[in-house]
Amino acid sequence: MIEPSPLPWLSATIIGITPVTAQVKSFRLAVAFDRIALAGQHVDVRLTAPDGYQAQRSYSIASAPGNDGTIELMVEGSAQGEVSSFFDGVAEVGDTIELRGPIGGAFVWRAQDGGPLLLIGGGSGVVPLLAMLRHRAEAAPAVPALLLYSVRHGAEAIARDELSRRARDEPGFDLVLSLTREGGRRIDATLVGEALTRLGQPRHAYLCGANPFVSAAADLLVEAGLPPGAIRTERFGG
Amino acid sequence: MSTRGFTGRPPSEATRERLPPGQYLTQDFPVLQIGPTPRVDRETWRFTLRVGSRPLKSWTWQNFSALPRTRWGGDIHCVTKWSKFDTAWEGVGIDDLLADAGISAPTAFALAEGHDDYTTNVPFADLTGGRAMVATHYDGLPIAPDHGGPARLLVPHLYFWKSAKWLKGLRFTEKDEGGFWEMSGYHMYGDPWREQRFTGD
Repeated sequence: MIEPSPLPWLSATIIGITPVTAQVKSFRLAVAFDRIALAGQHVDVRLTAPDGYQAQRSYSIASAPGNDGTIELMVEGSAQGEVSSFFDGVAEVGDTIELRGPIGGAFVWRAQDGGPLLLIGGGSGVVPLLAMLRHRAEAAPAVPALLLYSVRHGAEAIARDELSRRARDEPGFDLVLSLTREGGRRIDATLVGEALTRLGQPRHAYLCGANPFVSAAADLLVEAGLPPGAIRTERFGG
Repeated sequence: MSTRGFTGRPPSEATRERLPPGQYLTQDFPVLQIGPTPRVDRETWRFTLRVGSRPLKSWTWQNFSALPRTRWGGDIHCVTKWSKFDTAWEGVGIDDLLADAGISAPTAFALAEGHDDYTTNVPFADLTGGRAMVATHYDGLPIAPDHGGPARLLVPHLYFWKSAKWLKGLRFTEKDEGGFWEMSGYHMYGDPWREQRFTGD
């Protein structure tokens, strides 16, 4: 349960910008939240124009829960998006923006929630799942976990090197990377079945991505016999 | 204080007047829900009004479909910041449900209950006076499962998480009891025009 106390807008300073893929950049932000951001939570970002016009958007947190006063966001650049285009083309280290958060209580995994933990991500939907994997490695490395990550091209895979390294070095973490435009399967019963066979019956499943992808994956898990209450979803798009 | 280098792309004045603070206009219809879409069968569907655990009145799909129909058109606003204009809904007004049950509201608060065990609280006054319905149709068609079909609550003057999907009933409560999101830091009332997103807003 998230402590229901007010969430003020806070000033946050960009202290690091790192390219993740051609489309996605990582932003490290220094921000004095009054509570620790849990794995899976998001923040609201607010930008203000000189004439007072403001735009708000939500972004998932990529960093594991920590108390160093920083969080990491990963933002996909888009020429159409007034906020994402700011992050992609304007933002520099030293800039300040406004944040409120951390937000969200349903799509959260804590070490004490245990496993096996099944994570299914599509495209940039992997970001909150990355936070869960980073948290698992630090706080609950014995929990069996599997990430099924579906993305069109290998070059678009977020944190691909980190995920591969974790799969190699961390006992109990398994990665199924499906590159759908490079011969990999789109999400289907075979792919989900393979993930369930390798992981075993999950206690928790977290699914994040575009709505058609998440809907398909959630239906497949229900058909495979998972209790609907064990499946949490975060979706974007119509 | 403004954000260095940010000018934004403000929408037209006419759009801005219709957008509550912090919202942006979207043309598509995003889907947000905590878990899988439950499969709700119209054959076994029941809609039940309760006080606490005591049922007051229950409708089958057939009984429910025979009730007077209500239409509403207008703008909806999601706490995740998208707003959608000129949406068109049809269903059964809560006033007509109460009239068919032959009751008046026994308490001042209600919890809407979904087939997915989702709950959300609404003061009952916000559900009556033509302000809310149990919607079965969107844009002239039965509501798709991902959008809450066969029946969802529609309380369009509040953030859309109050418009519970896959509605199975309304539970009258003595006190204003928080539902699923309200217990996780979201606002108890959720008025978009006062930007009541989170506790304390």
